[in-house]
Parts: sequence; structure tokens; C-alpha cells
Amino acid sequence: MMQTLFLLTICAYSLGALGAILGGRGQLGRSLVGALAAIGATAGLLLGLTVIFTGQSFTAFVPALLPVGGGLALRLDPLGAFFLSVIGVVAIPASLYGIAYNEIYESERGSLRLLGAMFNLFLLAMSLVTLADNVFTFLLMWEGMSLTSYFLVITESDEAETIRAGNWYIAVTHVGVAFLVAAFLMLTGNASGAFSDLRVHASNLSPLARDLVFLLTLLGFGSKAGIIPLHVWLPRAHPAAPSYVSALMSGVMIKLGIYGLLRVALDFLGGGPAWWGVLVLVVGSVSAVLGVLYALMEHDLKRLLAYHSVENIGIILMGIGAGLLFHSYGSMSLAVLGLVGGLYHTLNHASFKGLLFLGAGSVLHATGTRNMEEMGGLMKRMPWTALFFLIGAAAISALPPLNGFVSEWLVFQALLKGLNIPGIEAAIAMPLAVGMLALTSGLAAACFVKAFGITFLAMPRSHEAESARESPLLMRIGMGMLAAICVVLGPGAIAVIPLLSRILVGLGGLAEVPVSLTEGVSLQVPTSSSQIALPTLALALLLAIGSIPVILKLLRVNFRLRRSESWGCGLTELTPRMEYTATAFAEPLRRVFAELYRPSKELTIDTHPESKYFVQSIAYRSEITPWFDRMLYTPLLHLIGYIANKIRRLQSGLVHLYLLYLALALMGLIFASRWIER
Amino acid sequence: MPTLLQKILRVGIATEQLDLAETDVVQVVRQVEAKTRRLLGRSLAIREVDAGSCNGCELEITALTNPLYDSERFGIHFVASPRHADLLLVTGPVTRHMEVALRKTYEATPDPKLVVAVGDCAKTCGVFKGSYAIAGSVDRIVPVDVFVAGCPPEPTDLLRGILTALDRWPKS
Amino acid sequence: MTNMMSYGLEIGQMLLALALAPGLVGLVRWLKARLQNRLGAPPWQPYLELRKWLAKDVVMSTNASWIFQATPYIVFGSTVTVTLLVPLIATPIAFDAVGDLLVVVYLLLLGTFFLALAGLDAGTAFGGMGASREMTIAAIAEPTIALSISGLAIGSGSTNLGQILTTTLTDPAAAISPSHFLAFAALFIVVLAETGRLPIDNPATHLELTMIHEAMILEYSGRYLALIEWASWTKFLLFLSLLANLFVPWGMATLVTLPTLALATAAWIGKLILLASAIALLETRVAKLRLFRVPELLSLSFVLALLAVTSSLVLK
Ligand code: SF4
Repeated sequence: MMQTLFLLTICAYSLGALGAILGGRGQLGRSLVGALAAIGATAGLLLGLTVIFTGQSFTAFVPALLPVGGGLALRLDPLGAFFLSVIGVVAIPASLYGIAYNEIYESERGSLRLLGAMFNLFLLAMSLVTLADNVFTFLLMWEGMSLTSYFLVITESDEAETIRAGNWYIAVTHVGVAFLVAAFLMLTGNASGAFSDLRVHASNLSPLARDLVFLLTLLGFGSKAGIIPLHVWLPRAHPAAPSYVSALMSGVMIKLGIYGLLRVALDFLGGGPAWWGVLVLVVGSVSAVLGVLYALMEHDLKRLLAYHSVENIGIILMGIGAGLLFHSYGSMSLAVLGLVGGLYHTLNHASFKGLLFLGAGSVLHATGTRNMEEMGGLMKRMPWTALFFLIGAAAISALPPLNGFVSEWLVFQALLKGLNIPGIEAAIAMPLAVGMLALTSGLAAACFVKAFGITFLAMPRSHEAESARESPLLMRIGMGMLAAICVVLGPGAIAVIPLLSRILVGLGGLAEVPVSLTEGVSLQVPTSSSQIALPTLALALLLAIGSIPVILKLLRVNFRLRRSESWGCGLTELTPRMEYTATAFAEPLRRVFAELYRPSKELTIDTHPESKYFVQSIAYRSEITPWFDRMLYTPLLHLIGYIANKIRRLQSGLVHLYLLYLALALMGLIFASRWIER
Repeated sequence: MPTLLQKILRVGIATEQLDLAETDVVQVVRQVEAKTRRLLGRSLAIREVDAGSCNGCELEITALTNPLYDSERFGIHFVASPRHADLLLVTGPVTRHMEVALRKTYEATPDPKLVVAVGDCAKTCGVFKGSYAIAGSVDRIVPVDVFVAGCPPEPTDLLRGILTALDRWPKS
Repeated sequence: MTNMMSYGLEIGQMLLALALAPGLVGLVRWLKARLQNRLGAPPWQPYLELRKWLAKDVVMSTNASWIFQATPYIVFGSTVTVTLLVPLIATPIAFDAVGDLLVVVYLLLLGTFFLALAGLDAGTAFGGMGASREMTIAAIAEPTIALSISGLAIGSGSTNLGQILTTTLTDPAAAISPSHFLAFAALFIVVLAETGRLPIDNPATHLELTMIHEAMILEYSGRYLALIEWASWTKFLLFLSLLANLFVPWGMATLVTLPTLALATAAWIGKLILLASAIALLETRVAKLRLFRVPELLSLSFVLALLAVTSSLVLK
């Protein structure tokens, strides 16, 4: 059964890729390619769920195709299965959505064949990352995932911006891979690259080496996950990609960074000292707060969402960091709580961020712009998209009873419980982390009031928004599926969370503490009595909201409603130019956090030559350069440019000089190996 | 803080009693429906519209909320939006610039609603009559329920006018 | 039987909260009027206002969408749900396991979220301004709330209200610890911000430019306005009850019998009147802060809350 599902996944994706190359241009071909991707994703999802439910790992039979480095080894354990399921959750709607969305590429804006093929291969590579069972397979698939997604990012290659985004992406990704290779080399040592050997070998490493491996993996996987300050590619690349690819990249691909971190830090290394947890917690808090703060200042809808991915990765890492910290103190049930919070947020973020990106894509599809200042009034023109986007916005703002609230609640509980842990690290880190998490969720709510309100409510601010039409059915289906998942995963948490805690069993010695998080209908947190009952809560809320009109009817209150113009203080006409803009909405927060943003201001006033009291035109420009760009990357790029300029002298173009380099390098290697052996 | 409290205690209640006997400055134009009377009994929200007055009337209207006249004791208070209002208090001759605004304010006010026109200007355009900038008296623009005469009318007259509009106090 | 009783208690306290909320706000207004040497409207004035709004027509902007119409129900519904979760006169209550303090905070945030959206819906500048300011203040008040919650949760190890109350009731010494006072001060400032009182927001202002909460609801009328205002009054009552009950839980009924409940209700109303008087006095005394001074006040409350948590960790 599992073998069939596995083969189905592989075959569907491969056929999809092949089909796209052969006939991905036409309407039928496109649909077929999308359908195959959806089938592959479904099979993957089923396979993942089977492994999670049975708790039985699945080892795939792979013919020895590649005899290098131990060949391909594929095995799916519950942790990998969880991430494989997450891929499926987003990939099915995204593939369906993509079928309809791709029509904008029919006019030669991008190569549909390449897009279809890369999309399928991207999904395949991501799925195989979760299945990899040795270093070679893992790194191969990891690289495949990065490369295919690079091609997806540069789909709209007619724009210079897109190409630049792609360059950032490929550069940061490969720096990350370099860290990963180093980490895996240290982990492997003389052992074979099989993951089972790594576990054994990791326990023999010296503490210093373990610390080094941990730091390297944090950097390597963190660059993929988009932790600050390694996130720079994220707000550039995600908006550039086709929207359903953005959904996958933001919803799923960056989560594989989390997968890698868990795999290495918890599974291979089996946890570590307290400062590992504190470090992850700090990185998470900083990413969460800065991510949402920069999101608030964005008026490009997709970039805004991309910054929110940084924020949510931060929240996930806060849960995981708390988990690692508790793990180091030996309080296993609390460790499970933190990790479960992180994992659940992973799943939830995949669903609502996928949904939001699909929604943003739908808006982009209808208006042709990503600039929120040119939108507005889409609620009436695209009611379905608006509804789905609203659900996503409410979920990401952690509003009960939706799914985002549950996972944030879990992370909160983990952090609050951490206050009772003796230890100076916890006493300092935990209260601050609690504050940061609360600030993050408050700011996220503010940001999504802006994102939804400015985009969908009030009057259209441009002609494009004025004439926007609702998206095709398939796109609505894609969004609807994810919206339903967001709603279900809220009260449904009581069913999902025990599964999540089962996934963790066996990782880093978490086997002995099977924690059940349910009791009746309420969600109970281990080692204390904090609990919530989301189904009851959702029911009470629905009942309360639903019964009000009924009660009002029974009380015979006045139900007359007259429609009239907006009250504009007696204005002759309220025009869209008088509406509140996204910039204005974020202005108070920009002033509150001015120290961080340090906006540049430029004001030019043109007055009449005769008198300075007659203003002819005013130009105001204000820009925010994120501090990591300002302080970190600009100097770094300058330095690299400088060094590269120096090194260029070596490139003379003379063949015999190159031969000399080769000879020197060879001699150097020989000496080095001799020296190491001794 | 202590000095402030001392002062508050020393002054005591400053609000004057309202003598409702005199009503000759008030002219009822439109018979208000019984429903309005029943509804707005003791809670009345007023939106003030300056349709071009000299601000003399406004000075008196502002006095309504001070401790001496304290319109709030009757449940009468001023609001910031016509959507919240039950009664429009319109002053001045309606200038051409304010004509649309006044009409829109009336339009924006939910039913049932009342209009009280304040000051001689509101009825006759007063000294501004015949000016090119004047669109006409208030009743030419929106239906008026009560006129309060005076240039400007005293706060007590205003209160009487408003209460007459509600028509719930017995006229002796 | 006990089940019936406890659910009856839930419904009872919900109705009690909804019924008393307008009176509480009327009381604050009446006290303020007296402190301004005015006769003032009687404390029951808000009830008359509610009745009037419910009978008036609704005028709705042509720009607005269904968000505008759904918001009053969502705001009111979420507030009603919160009245089920917060123990007002007795503890523990049946819904204690349904939601904890975090749920209370986030449910109220749900209302604020939709209110801000409705503020944007009509497309007027004032609505947008109110929405933007409300969300700004809500966001920067959030860390203080969370930290105060953690300060309270340390003692009992739980964020469930019933647990916290029971712990304080059984260990009165905890109530006079420095961390308790600090947390109270922090939460008090936040309550002023969340319920739109002076010096953060002026509930009686007529000037659109200084408004926060009012600016968002300028477009509402009739029954919608009634629901929103009633909800915000109830929110005020709930926050005062939280302040009163979390820090001074004595007087709450721990057994569900008629005499204890009557006594507890009296004690609760007494506490509310005390807090309402304090707020009326404060509002007579202080002036509204400039909008960009509000973050300073809120960061002060954050520091207080942080001190509360760390002092309780140190003194433990
Ligand atoms: S009635 Fe008198 S006070 Fe009032 S606006 Fe006219 S001139 Fe001014």
C-alpha cells in the first residue's frame, strides 16, 4: 500500500514534468500537468498520513541507480511524514489553482513548459527531501529543490527585478548549502552517510564539535527558513515567483529548513546544552518581531506576506527553541509542548500563508498590480477571494477560534511554563520571549487589518481595481480548500495535537514521555492545568453571534436600513484619493518604531516664481531601508566586490598559467592530506 | 489634586433650574409625529450644523454644555457624526457653500430625526438677507421642525426650543 | 443537578454583565458630571440611549460591504462569549476549562480587528484614522497584557482564570506581594488603553482628529451602534471585573448557593463602583495625552509588568 502510494507520488510528478516539456503550452496540457501534480501531492499526503497514523516508518525500495555516496536511500519516519503531509496540504490546492492561474503566462511572458516541468520537479524534490535517509540523498534533493525553485522564481524573467531577486535567492541558498555540507561532513566523519550511522557517530563527537555542527546547521537551515538576518532573499524572491509557487515556497519550502533543524539538532545530535535552545529562542523572537515590523511598512501585497513568513518562522522557532531548552533541562513533557507548538504552527502557517498567497495571486490576476495603494473595493468585485483572504488574515492574526490562535496559544503556554524552570537562561529569556510573541501577534493583527482593509474594502483606488473580476473557478477551489483547512484546524486541534506529540516520540530521547494532550474536548497542557476547549469555544462564539439577530428580531427592534453616501463631513464628493492609504495606516507605528526604521525623507516644494505662498507642486518621498541591508549586506557586497576585483588578476586567460594553478593546487592537496594523516 | 478637589467641593452643583414657562421665542412649524416623541424621550443626540452663521449662535450653543445650563441633565448631548444624531441644530442663513453640506448632513441622519433652526438668520437670513452668497433660510433647504428666535437666542431659549421639538414638556 | 446549576450560573453572569454594563458607564459619567459641578445625566441614561438606538433606522454607506454589517454582531458576540469565560461572582465556573486568560484577550482582539476593518469600510479618512490608531494601541498594549498574565500565571502555574483565583484565595499572602502590585499597576494602565479611557482616548470627545475608538464608529447608527456601544461598555465592565477579581478575589462565591451568590454579587458590584469612582476621579484630573506620547505610557506599563514577572521569579 505504502509502496504504491510512494510510486504513485514519484510517477505522477515525473510524468507531470515530462508532460509539461512535451505539451505544457496548450489548455489541455496545462490542465493535465496541474492535475498530475495534484495527484502526486495527494498520494504524498496519503503516504505521510499513513506513516503518522500507523507510526510505522516506510522504507522505499530504490534500485541502486546512483552508486555514489551510498546511493539513494529513502525512508519515511513520522517526522518526515509530517512534513510530507504539509507539502501535500498546500501542494494540492496550489496545483489546481495553478492550472487557472497559468493563463497569464500564455502570452509568452514566461515559458509555460519550463514552469510546468519545474513545478513538478520542485514538488518531487521537496517530497524526497523528507524521505531522504542518507546525506547524499538529502543534499542532492535539497539542491534540486533549491534549483527548481530558482527557475520558478525567475518565471517572469522579462522583469529586471525578477532576475535580481533570483540572484539574491541563489546566492543566499548556496551560502546556506555550504554551511550544510560542512555540518554534514563533520557529522559523517568516517561513517557512511546513512542517517542511522549519523546518529551513532554524533554521540561520539566532542562537545565542541557538536556545538559547531549545531551552529552550522542553524545557519544552513536558517538561511532556507528565512531567519533574520539570513532572510534577505525571501522578501525579494517570494513576490517575484508566480503566486501559487510563492504559496508553496512560503508555505512549505521554508518549513523544510525547520525539518532539517529538527532532524539534526534533535534526531542526530539528540539535543544539546541550554544555550542551543536559548539561541533558537532569541533568533526566533528577533525574526518574529522584525519580520512583522517590516511587513507593516510594505505596500506590496506579496512582499508583505513574505515578511510575514519571516515572522511566522520566528514563532515556530520560538516554540522549538523553548522545546530544546526544556529538553536540555530534562523536562521532557514540556519539551514536547514547545515542539508540538512549533510543529502545529508549521502546519498552520503552511495552510494560512498558502491561502494568503493564493488570495494575493488572485488579486494580482484580477488587477495586474501588487501595490496595495492601487487596490480597494475588491470586496464587492471579488467576493470569494475576499472571504478566503479574510479567513487567512484572521487565522494569521491568531484570532480564535481559527488555527493560528491554537498554535500561538501552545507556544505561549510553553513559554509561560518555562518561567517555572529553574535556571538563569529561562528566567531572562522567557519573560522577554513572552513579550515579543505578544507584540508580534498584536502587530500582525494590525498589519492584516491594513492588508485586508486597504485591499478589499472601501472604494477602488485605480482603474484596474475598479474593473477587477472574480477569479476562475479552479482558483477559487484552491483557495477554498485552504480556507476550510484553516477553519477546521482550529477546533480540530484536539484531534491533531496528540498525533503531533506521537511524531516526536523517539527523537532525542523523547520516547519515554508519551504525552496526551486531550481530555474530553479540551486541550490540556502537560504538567499543569492550563486548558482550552476550542470546539466549545467556537460553538459558543457562533451561537452568540448567530443568536443576536434572532433576539433582536424577537425584541422587535427597528430593522430598517437605508443606504446613503459615506459621511464625509458634508463633502461635495468623497473620492478614492481621500481614502486612508496603506502608508497612512502604518504611519503611527512607523513613528513609534522610528528608531528602528530610520526612514529617509525628501520633501520638495515648488512654489510660484512670483510668491512663495503659491505652491505649485509638492513631492514627498520617504523610504525605509531595512537595517540588515544597510548595515550588513551593503558592506558585505562591497567587500566581496573589492576582493573579486583583486582576484580577477589571476584570470589572465593564458592556458599554461591555468595549468600551473592546477599543478600547484594538486601539490597543495597532496601535502595537506599527508599532513592530516600524520 | 487636593486643591482641585477642594475647589470642586466648594463650588458644589452649579447647574441652574430651567424655567419652562416662557416659550414665545419658540415657533413650532411642523407637528412632530408621536413616534418621534416617544422614542427620543430622554435621550437626544444633537449634531450642530453651522450653515453660515456669524458664530454668535454657536457661542450660545456651546454654553448649553457648561455646568450652568448643563443640557446633559435632560439626556441631551452633542455628537460628532450625524449618523449618531437625532436632531440637527442648524444656525445661520444657509450660504451657498454650505447648502450641499447641510443637505448631506440631513441625508446622513437616520430617521426619525428633527431639525431645529436657531437664530433669526435661520428664519429670515437676518442682516445677510439679499447677499449673493446666501442660498436662503434653513427651511428652504431642509424641513424644519422648530425655529428658535433671537440674535442670538439665549441658552435657556435654545433648551426650550429643543424640548419643544420633542414636545414632551407640558406648556403651562 | 450541579451541572444545571453551573450552566445556570454561566447564563446568569452573562445576563448580569450585559445588564449592568450600561449602568456602570452611566455611573462613571454621572460621577464625572458631579466632579465638574454639573447635575449631569442620571446613571441610567445609557439604558435610554440603548433603547433609542434600537428603535432608530440604520443608515449605511454605499461604499460599505457586508463586513460593515457583520461587525456589530461579531463584536457583540465575541464580548458575550467573554462574559461566559470570566468569573464574575463565583469561581470556578463551568466555562473555566473552555478558555483561559489568553482566550479572553484574543477574543477581545477579534472584536477590535473587525471594528478596525469596519472603520476602513466606508472609505472615509476618519474611519481609517481611527482604525489605524486603535490597532497601533492594541498592538503595543499586547505585550503588557501577556506579561501581566504570565505574572499571574507563575503562582498557579496556569493561565486559567479559575486556577489563578483559587490560588490567590487559598494563599492570601501572594496577593500582597510586590509582583502582584506591579502587575496590577501595569494592567490598570492597559485597561485604560484598551477601553478607550483618558488619558489615552477621550470617550466624550467631539473632535474627530483626537478620536480613536469613536472615529471607527462614526458611520454606525441605529441598532448597529447600539450593539457596538453595548459591547464596548461590557468590555469596560469585564476589564474592571478582571482587575477587581484577579487581584482582590475575596467576596467571590466558591459555593453555589443563593445567599453566597447574593453576597458575591453585592461584593462584585461594590468593587466595580470603587474602580469606577477611581476612574472618574482620574479622568477629572488628567488630560488626554498626545497620540505619540501614548507609547511611552504603554512602555512604562510594559516595564512594570516585566518587573512583576522578574520579581516574582526572584522572590520565589
Ligand atoms: S442669528 Fe444673530 S447671532 Fe445667530 S447667526 Fe444670525 S446674526 Fe449671528
